[in-house]
Amino acid sequence: MLKINQYVRAQSLDEAYALCQKKSSVVLGGMMWLKMEDRPVGTAIDLCDLGLDRIEEKEDGWHIGAMVTLRQLEQHPGLGTLTGGALAQAVGPIVGGQFRNLAPVGGSIWGRFGFSALLTVFLALGAEVVLHGAGRMPLETFAAQPYGRDILTEILLPKQPVKAACCSMRNTATDFPVLVAAAGIRDGQVRCAVGARPAKAALLTDEQGLLAGGVTPESAQAFADWAAEKLSFDSNIRGSADYRRTLCRVLVRRALLAAQGEEA
Amino acid sequence: MEEKKYRAVGQPVRKKDAMQLLLGKPAYVDDVTPRDCLVVKLLRSPHAHALIKSIRTDLALKVPGMVAVYTWEDVPQKRYTNAGQTYPEPSPYDRLILDRRLRCVGDPVAILAGEDEKAVDRAMKLVKVEYEVLEPVLDFHKAKDGPVLVHPEDNWRSLCPVGADNRRNLVASETCGDGDLEAVMADCDLVLEHTFHTKACQQAMMETFRTYTEMDHYGRLHVISSTQIVFHVRRIVANALDIPKSMIHVEKPRIGGGFGAKQTSVSEVYPAFVTWKTGRAAKLIYTRAECQTIGSPRHEMELTVRLGANRDGRIRALDVYTLSNSGAYGEHGPTTVGLSGHKSIPLYTGSLEAFRFVYDVVYTNLQAAGAYRGYGATQGVFAVESMVNELAGKLGMDPVQLRLQNMVREGMVMPAYYGETATACALDRCLERCAELFGWKERFPVRKLPNGHLRSTGVAMCMQGSGISGVDVGSATVRLGDEGFFTLSIGAADMGTGCDTILAQIAAECLECPVENIAVFGADSDASPYDSGSYASSTTYVTGRAVEKACTKLKEEMCALAAEMLGCESSALEYAEGCVRRLDGSAQVSLADLATRSMVMNTRPIEATCSNSSPTSPPPYMVGMCEIDIDPETGKVTPIDYVSVVDCGTPINPNLARIQAEGGLVQGMGMALYENVTYSDKGAIAENSFMQYKIPSRMDMGHLRVEFESSYEQSGPFGAKSIGEVVINTPPPAIAHAIWRATGAWHRELPITPEKVLMGMQHHEP
Amino acid sequence: MEIKLILNGRPIVREAEPDTLLIDFVRAQGCLSVKRGCETSNCGLCTVMLDGKPVLSCGVLAARASGHRVDTLEGLQAEAEDFVAFIADQGAEQCGFCNPGFVMNTIALLRENPDPTDEEIKAFLVGNLCRCSGYEGQLRGIRAYLDAKKAREKEAQ
Repeated sequence: MLKINQYVRAQSLDEAYALCQKKSSVVLGGMMWLKMEDRPVGTAIDLCDLGLDRIEEKEDGWHIGAMVTLRQLEQHPGLGTLTGGALAQAVGPIVGGQFRNLAPVGGSIWGRFGFSALLTVFLALGAEVVLHGAGRMPLETFAAQPYGRDILTEILLPKQPVKAACCSMRNTATDFPVLVAAAGIRDGQVRCAVGARPAKAALLTDEQGLLAGGVTPESAQAFADWAAEKLSFDSNIRGSADYRRTLCRVLVRRALLAAQGEEA
Repeated sequence: MEEKKYRAVGQPVRKKDAMQLLLGKPAYVDDVTPRDCLVVKLLRSPHAHALIKSIRTDLALKVPGMVAVYTWEDVPQKRYTNAGQTYPEPSPYDRLILDRRLRCVGDPVAILAGEDEKAVDRAMKLVKVEYEVLEPVLDFHKAKDGPVLVHPEDNWRSLCPVGADNRRNLVASETCGDGDLEAVMADCDLVLEHTFHTKACQQAMMETFRTYTEMDHYGRLHVISSTQIVFHVRRIVANALDIPKSMIHVEKPRIGGGFGAKQTSVSEVYPAFVTWKTGRAAKLIYTRAECQTIGSPRHEMELTVRLGANRDGRIRALDVYTLSNSGAYGEHGPTTVGLSGHKSIPLYTGSLEAFRFVYDVVYTNLQAAGAYRGYGATQGVFAVESMVNELAGKLGMDPVQLRLQNMVREGMVMPAYYGETATACALDRCLERCAELFGWKERFPVRKLPNGHLRSTGVAMCMQGSGISGVDVGSATVRLGDEGFFTLSIGAADMGTGCDTILAQIAAECLECPVENIAVFGADSDASPYDSGSYASSTTYVTGRAVEKACTKLKEEMCALAAEMLGCESSALEYAEGCVRRLDGSAQVSLADLATRSMVMNTRPIEATCSNSSPTSPPPYMVGMCEIDIDPETGKVTPIDYVSVVDCGTPINPNLARIQAEGGLVQGMGMALYENVTYSDKGAIAENSFMQYKIPSRMDMGHLRVEFESSYEQSGPFGAKSIGEVVINTPPPAIAHAIWRATGAWHRELPITPEKVLMGMQHHEP
Repeated sequence: MEIKLILNGRPIVREAEPDTLLIDFVRAQGCLSVKRGCETSNCGLCTVMLDGKPVLSCGVLAARASGHRVDTLEGLQAEAEDFVAFIADQGAEQCGFCNPGFVMNTIALLRENPDPTDEEIKAFLVGNLCRCSGYEGQLRGIRAYLDAKKAREKEAQ
């Protein structure tokens, strides 16, 4: 069982950051994963008083606070319009509303979990993260980094609308995905992420120019086939590597076509 | 069928505890027992097979708040079984509370008891165990006569001739049959043979196993537990602790679901042992992880079915071999397996000329299995019904017509069902009605939707039993109380099924009073009349009849007392409409007056206790038809529509019967499609939580419709049979059938995951 | 540490450990309707309202709930009573162990969406597992309640 020695509601990011430098400290997300761990925590740092639970449109883009819940993300009309509903598609199947009312975006992204549909969709949407400490960086850079002692404060999305979609395959409606694919098309530029391989999401761009002539059923399939060959897949209790590769050919095509607004 | 007008029977009466439960009132073990008692937890084996070389508890005991740590050296050395079964117990006596030999991952190594959870958790890490890790037997094909013995001990005992032999890893084995199987097979136009595999699915009742124990003011051990079997628990705890049964009192509060899981005494002995040793109250609450990994799941089975038929569709011979995996202990091993043949083969009594049924039940170093709704029938029905569907495909016949041609019908003697006669059987009507309701003919062709998905349909039928013939005992005590209400005491356990209410409806019918006038009490090993417990679909049929008998007797007692009051012969009186009156209508005594009189200068208890047992176990029957959606690119199967028609005899409470059916169907869907059990090479279960073991959510089961086609079972109360278990059996074969029809691939192992469906499609283009 | 919150409308101040989960905290305060069905935040049984939003009380530290409003079924008896009678009329409560979480989340659904479609009901309640009922009876009960409410409203007009 999780044991917490001290609980601190940080009153500033600096305080949180300072507390976080100790190895035995943990920043509390939604507790959903943390509480299943059997480990002693010296100081549990709660960011809930820092106003990080807001979604705001600013000059430089959409700011999504780290403590914004998955449910907020799913229900936010502005983000819905911005992303063509892709965020709701990504988080909607996660366990249930009561879970999503607790789980914060920051926890999901910080965890960089293999199964994370949220990481997958944010990669496709071209998100950036803001870390108290290391500063602002593209999500793909952050995703590749080892776990540090910074504090994730915000996710940023460009203001420019993106044609996007997120498709997942789950053995039951609310299970972890066997595979999840997300696509974002902005100015004709395609970003496609594939998660739950079951390793964490990988980002692909159209480096082969397969989609240069536009996203059509044929070009989308060609891109999906290329993605399936390029990416690595592994097996776990939800599916084999081979099955995931097969799904990749389907879900990447579907995500691309859905993003484009075509019938999959 | 008799058409009778009933007042309480057949009515959709609200469950007596419905509003209390829906409003969240305290009702379950952890709600109604004190919080300030010892917390009990178990240190569990990380190995599938090991001997404890040494175990040190001194450091653990030094943790402040720790009260006791017990090891194998502290417990009685007499073996017992955790199976809740009636004398003579068929399950082998193969357990100790704690054993030096550990036989599966999760087997208990030590019992820890402390003042609070934190102390116990800390102490748990300080118990130092040195294991001698042994080679486990994890593959149940290799268990029988294999080199690794799960129970080599000399004091292992089998109490019944079930073909058990611990020196061969055999929990049970048997061969039975009727007719000249090989001759009939040889004469058949075609013989199909396939092997099926089902896993150790979990009951996954929402309330985990849990038990509270204390010493009462008489110095007896008082056990409050979430159990289906208060009387069996009394015996099991007494055997385990090696103390007299008279020293134990067991009761159950509300139970948060059982489905058979709580027909095994999974959690009781540990806190009982702590309380017996320390004199302190103690509580053990299983985690979900413990439930999933060291509970009492369904027996994994492999069934090989040979079916012989003629081209005209006549099913002439069935040969079933079942290999059942009992896991580390033998609980319910000898009995579950029988149903895999005895409740699948007789479905085809109509045309069957010969059958053979052979089985072996083996020990392995995996989680011990137990009783789960369906109890072996589920596994057998999946195999046999799949074979029949395959035959229909091979012959190009409508699977509904094929069944109508071969099925058991009322009045037939069923050689594969212990020679019992199908005294009440509406299976034919169930099938016809289901086909009509579902629109079987119109929906039969596989459809392709505009989005590329496939829609297809499947069918299956099944049977179960109603109690264990010649064994189960149900009893009821009915008593008249002040102002003319009645109390009904039972030893059967309402685990959410509503049997308290159903039995009250039977009493109200007999006593011609509103159901509200019947107060129900149960189950308590000191206060309730003896009942084997709620399992084997027995309560409505077996205990229900006991209620009927007790009411009849009580009416005689009331008439006798009224006779004293009216100064006449009791034969001149009748009980009717809530009073006792003279047959000539000249006088009557109200129940209230009778009750008052019974409490004043009275020597005749206005109370009756009756027991009931049945020499037969009349099967309920059921037909299920499903429509599924398949995404041919991912293999994802989504149930769309499930229609079923049940013959449970008279449904005493149609609402509760319907919910039983719907709940069972969804559990069957879980088994068919979602609920997987996989092991590491060390024998650890991967699906050890609700995060990994996926029971269906409300978005995974489509739309359900249930109807009843009732037969009338003369030996049951008001014509009733049973409903609790039969309802789980049709989804696996019906869904497998629909998947074959859409994809061309038969799936003979459950669950049929999307990956298997997709891979199957790639190998069999439709 | 000190936990200060409004539990079912009543301000309380209690001592608790820093790692006490809200489910254990409220049960210790006698809110025994709140049930634990798993340890992995997957069953929905422990649903309570935190500032009016349904959450899994096994997934929140009591410490984080400090300063907030927590409602359990004990505090919402009147709001529940009307609706749950329709579940009782289906017999869909069955063992009852999942009922409080289901009732709490249904209350949340109906506050947010007083006239949901069947699909909306299923989607909102998908995180509330039930092993007994097969869900269909719960859906019938909710539908019957909504129909009855509509009929009453129509009559009132």
